[in-house]
Amino acid sequence: METLRASWFGFEKTWTWYRRNWRATAVSSFLTPVLFLLALGLGFGSQVQSTALIGGVPYLQYLAPALIVVTAVQGATFESTYPVMSQFMWQKSFVAMVATPITPAQVLYSQVMWIGSQLLLRAGVFVGIAALLGAAAGPGILLAIPLATLAGLAFGAPLVAYSATLDKPDAFTNIFRFVLMPMTLFTGAFFPVSQLPDWLLPLVWLTPAWHGIELARGATFGTLGVLPALGHIAYLGVLVAVGIALGVKFFHRRLAM
Amino acid sequence: MSEGFVNVGWVDNLVEAKALTKHFGSFEAVRGIDVEVRRGEAFGFLGPNGAGKSSTMRMISCVSGRTGGDLEVLGMDPATQGPKIRARLGVVPQLDNLDTELTVRQNLQIYGRYFGMSRARCREKAEELLEFAQLSDRADHEVEPLSGGMKRRLTIARSLVNDPELLLLDEPTTGLDPQARHLLWDRLFRLKQDGVTLIITTHYMDEAEQLCDRLVVMDGGRIAAEGSPSELINRYATKEVLELRFQPGAEKPDLARFADRVEVLPDRLLLYTPDGEQTLAKVHEQGVQPVQSLVRRSSLEDVFLRLTGRTLVD
Ligand SMILES: Nc1ncnc2c1ncn2[C@@H]1O[C@H](COP(=O)(O)OP(=O)(O)OP(=O)(O)O)[C@@H](O)[C@H]1O
Ligand SMILES: [Mg+2]
Repeated sequence: METLRASWFGFEKTWTWYRRNWRATAVSSFLTPVLFLLALGLGFGSQVQSTALIGGVPYLQYLAPALIVVTAVQGATFESTYPVMSQFMWQKSFVAMVATPITPAQVLYSQVMWIGSQLLLRAGVFVGIAALLGAAAGPGILLAIPLATLAGLAFGAPLVAYSATLDKPDAFTNIFRFVLMPMTLFTGAFFPVSQLPDWLLPLVWLTPAWHGIELARGATFGTLGVLPALGHIAYLGVLVAVGIALGVKFFHRRLAM
Repeated sequence: MSEGFVNVGWVDNLVEAKALTKHFGSFEAVRGIDVEVRRGEAFGFLGPNGAGKSSTMRMISCVSGRTGGDLEVLGMDPATQGPKIRARLGVVPQLDNLDTELTVRQNLQIYGRYFGMSRARCREKAEELLEFAQLSDRADHEVEPLSGGMKRRLTIARSLVNDPELLLLDEPTTGLDPQARHLLWDRLFRLKQDGVTLIITTHYMDEAEQLCDRLVVMDGGRIAAEGSPSELINRYATKEVLELRFQPGAEKPDLARFADRVEVLPDRLLLYTPDGEQTLAKVHEQGVQPVQSLVRRSSLEDVFLRLTGRTLVD
C-alpha cells in the first residue's frame, strides 16, 4: 500500500511534466499511427485482395488491431529508453527522488506505471479513430487496448531495466534498428507470419509483438481459443515480471551505490 | 524513565558514525571515520577534491549504503530504516537535480508530494519557500533559464519542504559569485537559528569559518583533524602568518630560525609566528629582500596545509 502511494507520487511528477509538454509528443504518439492506418489500411489496403489467409476480412480491419499493438510496442520502446536515461543522467529526477522517502524500487514502479498509462491512453485514442474510419471490425477491438498495453510493457519493462545499466545512449540506436524495426515489420501485423521462411518462426515467437498481435486480432475477430489466449498472456506477463524484477535490481544498483 | 519519553525519536547526536567506510569496487573512498553531529550545531566537512566528502554525505543521507562500520542517523540505522530517516532529512546535493522543464513552483510542490504531504499543504509550503528563497517573482517560470545562484537557492528551498531536522548541504555555494554566496550564508544562518542542524561540505575556508561550529578536515578518505575553527587554528597554526613572495625560480633563503614553522610553496614562503610585523623586521635586518610581503591572521587554509602538506584550492 505504502509502495503504491509512493509510486503514485512519482507518477504525478511525470504527469505534471506531461501536462506542460504533451503537445510536443502528440504528433509521434497520436498522429503517426493514424497516418499509418490511413496510408496502409485505406490507401495501400484498397489494392489488397482479401484472402482466406487473412480471414477474408477487409485489409483495413485486418490491420487495425495489429497496428494498435505495433504502435504500443514502439511507444514503449521510446518511453523506456531516452526518458529513463535522462532521469538518471541529465534531468536526474530519479536521483532527486531517492533523497526523499521514495525508494529506488518505487521509482521503477512509478516509471512502469507511467509507461503503462501512456500506452493505454494512446491505444484508446487509436481505437476511437479506427472506429471512425471504419477500421474496427467489432466491439472486440476494445480488448486490444489492454492487450496492446500488455505487449508494450512486455518489451518496455525489460528495456527500462536495461536502460538503467547504460552510461551513454549509443545502444538505443541499435535497438531501434535491429530489434524494433524487424519486430514492427515481420511479426504478423502487415502480413501473416506463415509467409515467412520456417527457420525464422522461432525468432518471431519470441517477440512480444507477435503474441500481442495474435491476442489483439484474435479478440477483435473472436477467432482465438481460450488456451492459446492464456498462453500468450502468460508469456507477456512473465516478460513484464522479469523486466520489473531486473529493473528493481538495476535501479537500486544505479541509485543507491 | 516515564513511558511517554520512550521511543519518541529524540536523540542528542543526530549522526553517529564509527569506523565508517565506503568502497567502490576495490577503491576505498572513505577509510574508517568517526563522526558525531550534535543537535542544533552546524558541522562541516572540509577537504580537497576526492577527499570522500560527498561519499560520506550520501551515506548519511541514507541514499548510499555503507561498506563497513556503524552509522546511526536520528538514532536509526540507515540500512534498515532508510525511508523513515529520509522523511526527516533535507538534502542539497553537490549537483543540482531540479526538474528543469517544470516551473519553480512546481518543483517545490512535487517535492512535497514525495514526502507524502497533501496537495494543499504543498501549495502552502511552496509559497513560504518561494519567499524564503526570494524567488516569488519567478514562481511560474521554468527552471532551466534561471541563474546558477537562483537554482542553488531553489535547491535549498526544495530541501526544506518537509521541515527537516537535519539539513545536509554538499558544497552549497560552489560556483556562485560572492553576492550569491553571502545571500545563501544568510539563509543558512537563519535556518540554524530556527534550530535546524546543518551538515555542510566545502572547499572554502571562509565558508567553514563563517558557518561551522565544528568541523573535520578530511583528506584521502580519512579525518585529519577535528574541532571548532578557532581550536583548529590555535592547534595547527600560529596567530599570524607572514607571507614572503619571491621571483619565480629564485633561490629562497632559509628563515626557519625566525618562525615557529616555515612552509615552502612554489612562489612563496609562509612563516608561522605570533607577531608577523616583528618577524618581518627581523627578516629585513638579515638583508632578505622579498618581492612582496604580507602579514595576515592565520586561517583554516593554514591548518589544512599543516595537516596535509598541500594547499586546498589550487
Ligand atoms: N560511484 C562511484 N564509483 C567509483 N568511484 C567513486 C564513486 N563516487 C566517488 N568515487 C571516488 O571516491 C573518491 C571520493 O569521492 P567523493 O565524491 O566522495 O569526494 P569529494 O570529497 O566529495 O570530492 P569533491 O570535492 O570533488 O566533490 C573519489 O576518488 C571518487 O572518484
Ligand atoms: Mg563532493
